[in-house]
Amino acid sequence: HDDMENLEGYVGFANLPNQVYRKSVKRGFEFTLMVVGESGLGKSTLINSLFLTDLYSKEYPGPSQRIKKTVQVEQSKVLVKEGGVQLTLTIVDTPGFGDAVDNSNCWQPVINYIDSKCEDFLNAESRVNRRQMPDNRVHCCLYFIAPSGHGLKPLDIEFMKRLHDKVNIIPLIAKADTMTPEECQHFKKQIMKEIQEHKIKIYEFPDTEEDEDNKLIRKIKERMPLAVVGSNVVVEVNGRKVRGRQYPWGVAEVENGEHCDFTVLRNMLIRTHMQDLKDVTNNVHYENYRSRKLAAVTCNGVDGTKNKGQLTKSPLAQMEEERREHVMKMKKMESEMEQVFEMKVKEKKQKLKDSEAELERRHEQMKRNLEAQYKELEEKRRQFEEEKVNWEAQQRLLEQQKLDVTMEKNKKKGKIF
Amino acid sequence: MAATEISRQAGEGARSVPLSGHVGFDSMPDQLVNKSVNHGFCFNILCVGETGLGKSTLMDTLFNTKFEGEPMQHSQPGVQLRSSTYELQESNVRLKLTIVNTIGFGDQINKEDSYKPIVEFIDTQFEAYLQEELKIKRTLHSYHDSRVHACLYFIAPTGHSLKSLDLVTMKKLDSKVNIIPIIAKSDAISKSELAKFKIKITSELVSNGVQIYQFPTDDETVAEINSNMNGHLPFAVVGSTEEVKIGNKMVKARQYPWGTVQVENENHCDFVKLREMLIRVNMEDLREQTHTRHYELYRRCKLEEMGFKDTDPDSKPFSLQETYEAKRNEFMGELQKKEEEMRQMFVQRVKEKEAELKEAEKELHEKFDRLKKLHQEEKKKLEDKKKALDDELNIFKQKKTAAELLQSQAQQAGGSTTLKRDKERKKWERCDQS
Repeated sequence: HDDMENLEGYVGFANLPNQVYRKSVKRGFEFTLMVVGESGLGKSTLINSLFLTDLYSKEYPGPSQRIKKTVQVEQSKVLVKEGGVQLTLTIVDTPGFGDAVDNSNCWQPVINYIDSKCEDFLNAESRVNRRQMPDNRVHCCLYFIAPSGHGLKPLDIEFMKRLHDKVNIIPLIAKADTMTPEECQHFKKQIMKEIQEHKIKIYEFPDTEEDEDNKLIRKIKERMPLAVVGSNVVVEVNGRKVRGRQYPWGVAEVENGEHCDFTVLRNMLIRTHMQDLKDVTNNVHYENYRSRKLAAVTCNGVDGTKNKGQLTKSPLAQMEEERREHVMKMKKMESEMEQVFEMKVKEKKQKLKDSEAELERRHEQMKRNLEAQYKELEEKRRQFEEEKVNWEAQQRLLEQQKLDVTMEKNKKKGKIF
Repeated sequence: MAATEISRQAGEGARSVPLSGHVGFDSMPDQLVNKSVNHGFCFNILCVGETGLGKSTLMDTLFNTKFEGEPMQHSQPGVQLRSSTYELQESNVRLKLTIVNTIGFGDQINKEDSYKPIVEFIDTQFEAYLQEELKIKRTLHSYHDSRVHACLYFIAPTGHSLKSLDLVTMKKLDSKVNIIPIIAKSDAISKSELAKFKIKITSELVSNGVQIYQFPTDDETVAEINSNMNGHLPFAVVGSTEEVKIGNKMVKARQYPWGTVQVENENHCDFVKLREMLIRVNMEDLREQTHTRHYELYRRCKLEEMGFKDTDPDSKPFSLQETYEAKRNEFMGELQKKEEEMRQMFVQRVKEKEAELKEAEKELHEKFDRLKKLHQEEKKKLEDKKKALDDELNIFKQKKTAAELLQSQAQQAGGSTTLKRDKERKKWERCDQS
């Protein structure tokens, strides 16, 4: 680091990782681990072995010690410190799981617990005044499979199917020291086959960019599900003090990679992938929960097929868009109504106009008719007058003629008139 | 860490347990760091200052590259913001750096609104983040954070005091962004003047209530250096991308006839302090403060503006669902009301228009009734006249017939019954005359 500082042209943002490191140490870390399995599978012992502490002791008994009639979900919070790093560890137990005669729906309290933690986080995240949001969401669920050697039980399958899209599931074969390596191998293959058949999504290790790391990861994947042994007791083997289970025929060492996969589990769970488990919980499981919750709110009463494309918006933005759509719809409606209105008005006006024109025309016709009649009458009268005048003239002429004739006659007769 | 700190930070009900061996979670910070390094880092700097104060040159000097861009003229009509993003890498650390420059700041005659585009820009970035955060299906972990993490405010090296534009602008920005004030082109000021200048600036900022960014002193590892540096604010800087040979090394410097100002010489200017604070020590804190303080303030104001509350009038907390549902119902109600209003308006218009047209129709009918009546009268007159004529005609016809009859009789009878004829004739004439 010092060398770098004196390098020509060194800016210094390569120090960012250190700044992040420093701040994260100051903040401290949180992790919530859930353990699920029937009683007697050694869950408490495994936790104690994993964290090298007496999380479960006489004062705080483990789940199998607590006899429950129904499935409970309980949490224990402890604070552990190592190398300057502080971890608030929450262990979530499910005493009573799978212990009843009828285990239908025994997964429901577990689902409820996980959902309620997501709900708490969602509400805290959605507040107007947000303060420090403690992360109590379940980051990992260790599912203990009984070492029957034959495959998964129906309860195992049912549980994992219901929870694989809510939480990171890491299936473990408990009390692995009851099987020989061959039996264990066979059992593992069987389990993985069934997991694939039922399309159960267990936690997957992300590939890294480093080939070396990928090799290790592939090795781990091949050993899934991990077969574990736990122990609270330290025994001596060949002069070494190790955690193990003492049998007449030898000691099953917890941290011996040839005896069981405990070390693999510990390394993966705590030393290398703790942060990734948290990230997957935050970015995948929580986001799924959140989007399902919010989609239900916004799509109330609206037909589901229409809304696929609307999930990329916030509910508020969606309301905005709906408002805009509505404004457009109203505009269209308005212009349509306007059009219809105008058309009807035009029609009516046209009718009126036509009617007026018709009446005008008729009136005009009648007028002309009358005028024609008038003219006819005039003409008739004129003719009549003419005829009359002629006839009277003629009559007068006749009269005159007659008079002349009479006068002539009278003259001849000697009458004087 | 001190024991008291541990217990303070313990969660509720968490009991401390000792470990009997090495568990391995002390690798958590490394796991976190690895993830961040893989993801890459992002940092956004806003440079506010008048044209010609060397903003671009300082950026080039700080990050040791030549960022693109032509020097700006003074003739901009208003303040504009221009942002450019660069991908830098140093050892295995990738940094997406965005530099936002204010162009034309301080050039106008009327500078009252100069701060507005800057505030708008900062708010726009907050808004974009808020929108992403509120989406139903969101991708926050891959979102490119464009929020401004640090604002370098360039103060002109007058040597006297802050300009009123500076005070106004910084006051508007101090609740939205981390402000780091720097004295630009400080090679124009002598050492003694500089000390006075810094004191004057600091006191003016305090007396005007401007909150500049304080380097954090809560982390032991950096508390000392940070509090020391806080006392050197504002940093007096000089930028230069040109290199001059001093001794047997090439250093960034500005060459004058009377000497050479070395940029990285702490006696000459505070450039190294700025780089140390801004990049090497507090970059992550600047980012964090932006997110937890400035962004939260913006978000809170925005949500309150939109009518969101955390508790209802009875002080019971709202669930998110209830809030959204309430908003939605309100919203739907509004839309329906609008629709109804529009319909009513149309019904009204239709009614009015119908009444109008009815009126017009009535008038038309009246008009034609009148005309009809007129026509009837005319017709009657014509009929009368016709009748009169017909009567006359008949009389005339009769007269004519009678006369012809007489004439024919007369011709038959010869001429004897003159008297009788005369009498007849006179009788007809009298009739005729009547």
